[in-house]
Amino acid sequence: MSMNINGATRMRVRAMVRKESLQILRDPSSIAIAFIMPLVLLLLFGYGVSLDARHIRLALVVEQPDANTASLTGAFQQSEYFDPVSYRHINQAEKALVAHDVDGIVWLRSNFSDRLLAEADAVIGVFVNGIDANQARITQGYIEGVWQVWLMSYAQEQGREAEVPVELEPRIWFNPAVRSRDFLVPGLIAVIMTLTGAMLTSMVVAREWERGTMEALMVTPIRIREITVGKLLPYFLLGMGGMLMSVAMALWLFEVPLRGSFLALIAASALYMLVALAMGLLISTVARSQFVAGQIALVATFLPAFILSGFIFQIGSMPEAVQVITHVVPARYFVAMLQTLFMAGDIWPVLLANSGALLLIMVILFGVARRKSRKRLD
Amino acid sequence: MKQALQRIIALAIKELLAVLKDKKSRIVLVVPPILQLMVFGYAATFDLNDIPIAVYNEDRSAPSRELVARVVGSPNFDLYGYLDHEGQIEPLINNKEVLMVLHLGSNFSADLHSGRSAEAQVIIDGRNSNTALLLLGYLRSIVSDFNQQWAEDKGLPVPPATVRVRPWFNSNLVSRWFIVPGIVGLLTLVITTIVTSLSVAREREAGTFDQLLVTPMRPFEILIGKAFPGILIGTVEGSFILFMAVFWFDVPFRGDLGALYVGMLLFILSAVGIGLMISSLAVTQQQGMLGAFLFLVPAVILSGFATPIANMPEVVQTLTYINPLRYFLIILRGVFLEGDNFDLLLPYYWPMVIIALVTLSFAGWLFRHRIN
Repeated sequence: MSMNINGATRMRVRAMVRKESLQILRDPSSIAIAFIMPLVLLLLFGYGVSLDARHIRLALVVEQPDANTASLTGAFQQSEYFDPVSYRHINQAEKALVAHDVDGIVWLRSNFSDRLLAEADAVIGVFVNGIDANQARITQGYIEGVWQVWLMSYAQEQGREAEVPVELEPRIWFNPAVRSRDFLVPGLIAVIMTLTGAMLTSMVVAREWERGTMEALMVTPIRIREITVGKLLPYFLLGMGGMLMSVAMALWLFEVPLRGSFLALIAASALYMLVALAMGLLISTVARSQFVAGQIALVATFLPAFILSGFIFQIGSMPEAVQVITHVVPARYFVAMLQTLFMAGDIWPVLLANSGALLLIMVILFGVARRKSRKRLD
Repeated sequence: MKQALQRIIALAIKELLAVLKDKKSRIVLVVPPILQLMVFGYAATFDLNDIPIAVYNEDRSAPSRELVARVVGSPNFDLYGYLDHEGQIEPLINNKEVLMVLHLGSNFSADLHSGRSAEAQVIIDGRNSNTALLLLGYLRSIVSDFNQQWAEDKGLPVPPATVRVRPWFNSNLVSRWFIVPGIVGLLTLVITTIVTSLSVAREREAGTFDQLLVTPMRPFEILIGKAFPGILIGTVEGSFILFMAVFWFDVPFRGDLGALYVGMLLFILSAVGIGLMISSLAVTQQQGMLGAFLFLVPAVILSGFATPIANMPEVVQTLTYINPLRYFLIILRGVFLEGDNFDLLLPYYWPMVIIALVTLSFAGWLFRHRIN
């Protein structure tokens, strides 16, 4: 008897998978979502999104050029971070700063060398455009770095020791070259996969409701659970294909190191893909119209994955209330796992804690989706 | 002429009803933007507060304790605990318990007193390289203050030249002043595109668009009628978010409100144009939605909203010139923080005029020429 039920279930699921696969093949938009979208987005963002400031346009204003100012401006010209432009007067440089022609100004007044020789605290005046506070801080850091290197060489020229009382010895683990791409690309994979997974199911199931074919499906002996499995399986495989492609691009195109094991990466990705599909399923079950489903998918997946996942903004620095909200954003856990897997390795406490959270979210999502679809059957 | 006007008004009302008659669509248009504004306004910041750190001080002398006190007392850092041996460092960093460990060796104060440079080792989790750089920056300024104090107290030579940094327009470098005006642009774009991107596709799928085409209405009139809900809803919600940015988030508003509204109107027109173009190209609502996504996601990420356009490679930078959000973000931040007026913003208005003209006329042309 139980053999029979199992056999029938298997048959119905297989039929459902077949129907769904045919539909995927006939309407190429799902294949476009699973492969073309990640490809294009990862290419665009992998190259486009960077927090490493290079070629910062810097105005150098030297009121009275001499050997000392030349050695200082030379230090700026040699730095890989700056593209310096010389201005005669501070007024011109200020105009350039207002017009966004330069991002910062270094201003050496006419008394610079006199005060330097008199050791009377010669001032290097620096203005930066503070609108983008993050970039302004980074620019400021680079300018101070150039200043310190110059101080050393100046002291040596004077035949003095240039010992500072305390010297910082920074060791930046996992990313000694501080390449922002190494953490942005894994984060982007999480954002893109959230979008892909949720889009795949949310639009597809909503379409079935809107066209009334869901009701038709309901009157057949097939059970809700079988519909879910049958619908999700093809999209899961499709989504994992897109995921593998993204990982390959990260490794070989963007040269992000993979320090964890490939197996752990696949397991984490599969788990997350299920969560993303479940989100889409729930959205489409609740929405039942493509307009609302698409809206919710955008609002509930892309923007939170972009802003609340820790992909770019540090979660620990957000206000408490917002930190609480980030706990229900699944991308948060996947971003943490991906950044750790790519850059640090198989660090089990991080992986297990985040997988546990994802597992819990998945169970809840599927549970709610199932309740919702059963209740609305009649 | 009067008849044309009547027809346009009738269509505009019908279009508005099509968006607003359904309770669920009304809710999605109002609730998410407000929620997003509140959550993202607080969440999207690069400023670091209460970053968990640990201290391993092998020296335990007065000067090392003084330095540690300065670090621990900073509002940017939050002390996780003091360590007693080196082996504790690695698991703490690996498991993300702390993002930074300050390690002072046992000869720290001996070096300091003897005039050699005392080494302060700092280990930083580089998994987010931007955070790592910022942490290092905060720590550098603390150490630099400490050095200055030490040199003054001991009568040592101070550096002959010093850097005095003055940030313009945002003197305390508050990240929120940069992000919140950006959110005004971001949410306005999302709302406007979503409202318009399905308007034609919905009718094409239902078959009523062909009926609309055989009425006396000219494509130009249909275009205006279809554009109306997007313009209205975009302007109303954009104004609300703007209001919140000024009065809730306290971002200083230094420029000309009129200049900002000229920018907002042009921006909404280009977003409506793009939305209608996507909608006219689509045969089904699913394609319309997909098109809207495929436009919105790159438009947000490649706009300079979070990461600067100047850091992008040349090819991608060129691509951003067709992104209306790029221009509107400059206008928003210019008016809010730099006190810009109409004349200064002229170079950012006209590209949006071109985007709006091209996309709207193409959408109008597609009405009649895309009949399968």
